[in-house]
Amino acid sequence: MAYLKIDHVDKVFSRGNRETEVLKDIVLTVEKGEYVSIIGHSGCGKSTLLNIVAGLTPATQGGVLLEGREVNAPGPDRAVVFQNHSLLPWLSSYDNVKLGVDKVFGRTKSRAERHDWVMHNLDLVQMGHARDKRPSEISGGMKQRIGIARALAMEPKVLLLDEPFGALDALTRAHLQDSVMALHQKLGNTVLMITHDVDEAVLLSDRIVMMTNGPSARIGEVLDVPLPRPRKRLELAANATYLKCRQRVLEFLYERHRYVEAA
Amino acid sequence: MPTSSASRAATFDETGPTETSPAQAVSRLPVSGWGIAASASWLGVTAVSLARDDVGDWSRTATFAYGAAVVALAAFVVSLAGARLGQAGTWFAHRTPWLIVLGLGLALWELVTAKLGWLPLPFFPPPQALLEVYLDDFGKLGASVLASVKLQISGYAIGAVIGFLTGVSIGWSRSAGYWVHPVLRFIGPLPATAWLPVAFFLFPSSWSASIFLIALATAFPVTVLTWSGVASVPSSYYDVARTLGATPWFLIRKVAVPAAMPHMFVGLFMGLGASFAVLVVAEMMGVKAGLGWYLQWAQGWAAYANMYAALIVMSLLCSGAITLLFKVRDRLLSWQKGVVKW
Repeated sequence: MAYLKIDHVDKVFSRGNRETEVLKDIVLTVEKGEYVSIIGHSGCGKSTLLNIVAGLTPATQGGVLLEGREVNAPGPDRAVVFQNHSLLPWLSSYDNVKLGVDKVFGRTKSRAERHDWVMHNLDLVQMGHARDKRPSEISGGMKQRIGIARALAMEPKVLLLDEPFGALDALTRAHLQDSVMALHQKLGNTVLMITHDVDEAVLLSDRIVMMTNGPSARIGEVLDVPLPRPRKRLELAANATYLKCRQRVLEFLYERHRYVEAA
Repeated sequence: MPTSSASRAATFDETGPTETSPAQAVSRLPVSGWGIAASASWLGVTAVSLARDDVGDWSRTATFAYGAAVVALAAFVVSLAGARLGQAGTWFAHRTPWLIVLGLGLALWELVTAKLGWLPLPFFPPPQALLEVYLDDFGKLGASVLASVKLQISGYAIGAVIGFLTGVSIGWSRSAGYWVHPVLRFIGPLPATAWLPVAFFLFPSSWSASIFLIALATAFPVTVLTWSGVASVPSSYYDVARTLGATPWFLIRKVAVPAAMPHMFVGLFMGLGASFAVLVVAEMMGVKAGLGWYLQWAQGWAAYANMYAALIVMSLLCSGAITLLFKVRDRLLSWQKGVVKW
């Protein structure tokens, strides 16, 4: 049985009489500990798909199963790292992480244990030093680290990353990608990541799910990335498998499903 | 404060731009120089008061003159102590120019009223007449202040709580909005004072009627701004909280209310201003106590000095209330950037 199963999901948005079918018959399974990326052109509905898995948006048809149980509302078993970090601006880094920890472990852990757990997760993303800083006082990359710490601290069954590095500069992005890879290696999380960056997808993923252009986007192709872990960014640059995977994704995106600007 | 930012931008020296606040700009000059000027200006007040006889009959002229001399002496001592006073010294240094102007103003006031009689009496009493009110009518003025403060706090607190609860409910719940919004639109814009005649016969006492009016004046802006605050919370904040497994109650308490806080404080500020107006009118029209009533009473007796004295007290109280509100805001909303300093 698959760990996470997206089972024949359709999504139709209706505004007034107009109906737009965004997603069509999406079927995808993710195994425990697997790192799966969903890649596609902007507007193809990949974020909608992530929101359906998160439970923030209901599916029109079909559903999502986590360990064989249907999930149709948001919950801490599927933590989301949002592109725009979405930290609450009135809380310090510590309190932003603690908000989730208190919610999830309020009954099962003592106050001291929860404090240690918050600090442990801040340290995991190397943000222990910024515990008392508010979001407005730290950089974009640091905010995203706090967002990741908040998600990890809830010990989710699946970690959902919605273009987590999209708003960052190239250097910060590379640095954070390495951190996420190291965390995945260490903690063995199951990860579903949305991205539009081909190199990022190949570098991080076990499998890459390529989506066709919307409306009525579907899964066009699924590519296995048989690169051994741990992966090193610099060594991969000349690796034949890496280049082949990259080529494959590029071909899919830019030849067979070229992005046509919607009129 | 455009002046302060201008002076900040203009201060450059060899090592590059440095941020200098007006306080530092003043204290960079020899503190004693400013202090002695302040001392001299207040000695001027003493001199003018003692220079010649008053044109009218005021019993506290000598007290006023010696009081000014005491201020002058204090300013002198503080300016001699200068830097040794540390923070208090800086505080004083920052305000010294104002002390000078205040002394000059008082001297001028004394001159044109008590000494030369250029301004018509009894409409323009001299400063010693106000001093006389503070010293001799202390009991009645004090009681009026207490009555006003009591009425204001009761009405404002009730109005703020009701406004907060209403605002959060209509911001949060569509059905609450459906029922409350039309009522709000119908009643809200009506000036609370228009209710005065109705309120005074609907309520058992003029005191309770006044509380109702003050609460009404406060509740309207607090409601509207709390509502707008809750309605404008970015949905991503809710999404985050929902992925943590938040219940609606958690969303209201931990997301909607804190996020709406900046708006809410604008509402509380506007409500405070509106409630002052209602307080004074209510006291003048119905309640036989408080500063509004004191003003009315003083006018009836043509006791203009009492009126000015009460006005000054009222101004200090209102300003103090707003300062307090801003202090609370600065403490609660330190995460908010670029807010106006009161």
